[in-house]
Amino acid sequence: MEKKIRVLIAKPGLDGHDRGAKVIARALRDAGMEVIYTGLRQTAEMIAEAALQEDVDVVGLSILSGAHMTLVPKVLDLLNANGQDNVLVLVGGIIPEADIPLLKEKGVFEVFGPGAFTTEVVNTIQQALAQPA
Amino acid sequence: MQPQELIYKALAGDRLALTRLLSLFENQTDDLAEIMEQIHPHTGKAHRIGITGAPGTGKSTLTTCLTSAFRKQDKTVAILAIDPSSPFSGGALLGDRIRMRELAGDSGVFIRSMATRGHTGGIASAAYQAIALFDAVGFDIVLIETVGAGQAEVEIASMAHTTIVVEAPGLGDEIQANKAGILEIADIFVINKADLPGAIQTENALRSVFDVNHNTVHKHLRDIDISEPKDESSSHKVQWHCQILKTVARTCEGIDDLVTAIHEHASHLIETDQWYAKMALQFEYQFESHLSKALFASWKASLTPEDLDNLHKQLHCRMHAPEFLAKKVLNGVSISQKK
Repeated sequence: MEKKIRVLIAKPGLDGHDRGAKVIARALRDAGMEVIYTGLRQTAEMIAEAALQEDVDVVGLSILSGAHMTLVPKVLDLLNANGQDNVLVLVGGIIPEADIPLLKEKGVFEVFGPGAFTTEVVNTIQQALAQPA
Repeated sequence: MQPQELIYKALAGDRLALTRLLSLFENQTDDLAEIMEQIHPHTGKAHRIGITGAPGTGKSTLTTCLTSAFRKQDKTVAILAIDPSSPFSGGALLGDRIRMRELAGDSGVFIRSMATRGHTGGIASAAYQAIALFDAVGFDIVLIETVGAGQAEVEIASMAHTTIVVEAPGLGDEIQANKAGILEIADIFVINKADLPGAIQTENALRSVFDVNHNTVHKHLRDIDISEPKDESSSHKVQWHCQILKTVARTCEGIDDLVTAIHEHASHLIETDQWYAKMALQFEYQFESHLSKALFASWKASLTPEDLDNLHKQLHCRMHAPEFLAKKVLNGVSISQKK
């Protein structure tokens, strides 16, 4: 059987705006991926634990609170500590331009801001996972 | 990691190895049979509990409450939460974890979401292997939450020791309750959302049905090999009377009674030897389903593309009914005779 791409969509931290996360979840589902949505107000520990239990290929973090420089590296560290350093981490939301290179340096594969097309996100995932790691 | 290393590590309690094996099962790895041969001897200890019912009746919330209750009894719990795959895109939105957030951070709980990937019957195609693996690595309880089930998704009953059917008020009258199918597989009935109007009517409708036909329940388990009790006084033990309970999963009301009922059912199964009989039937079923899949695959692999094309043509041009052509193939009549 063809391997399905499994994606965890999570909202770390305290902001409660999850429309973006839900739109992305739906777009990835329609692109044939299995999307696990965890709901609001997740800690980095909860996200890493869910990523492990679900054995996902991709973790998508939606953050609009401004706490990305704290939360995202924490998730990355925990994923690495769990042996999931091969997981593709994407960030979406309100991320200042200046922070994007810093996030990528820490291991984020791509950052999507407001106005990004869902097809961009789908293509980014499909292309990144098609290449042998 | 190679499958051999994964098995070794998973049995030793490594969660990364466990989760990787589950993915191998889901992707129908070529090594499935060899992996299961090593997992199988370690199974047989866990209480496998199925939770089924219509969409929105509160299965996920109830599963969460039950898990918390079992954790208070120091039992480890694995949850297999199944949601449907899209028949069009093949994708799936697996949302059961949303209701389970309070279980996060507990190392005695393992939650895995699984998409059905085209399997009908209310469970995922790799569900059996996943349940077996959870059992083998030592979880005391395996909770299987099916897709939101309609009336005919009854496969869970063959995989679980105890099947809980969750109803909610307002989903139908006693005619619905009298229909065959999902209602017949319940060992325990839960009327969830019992704080909503109509809970009493739902309870009455269910009770009126079960007072009449509790003798017909469990006929889905054909010929369980248990010797007839000679002693009249013990005969009541053989027949389990389906319990009907009310809960409000949102506030965990009624969960203690449900846990008690689950334990009573487990004791009943053990006392009447049905605990192992149920598993024995499951082994037969799994054997037959894997053999039929393998036979079909090997038949298909034996065909040349022309043979297959020829078969399709015979169907497409209405030369034979599909049923007749299948019989013809089975009887070994040459299929490449006609161009």
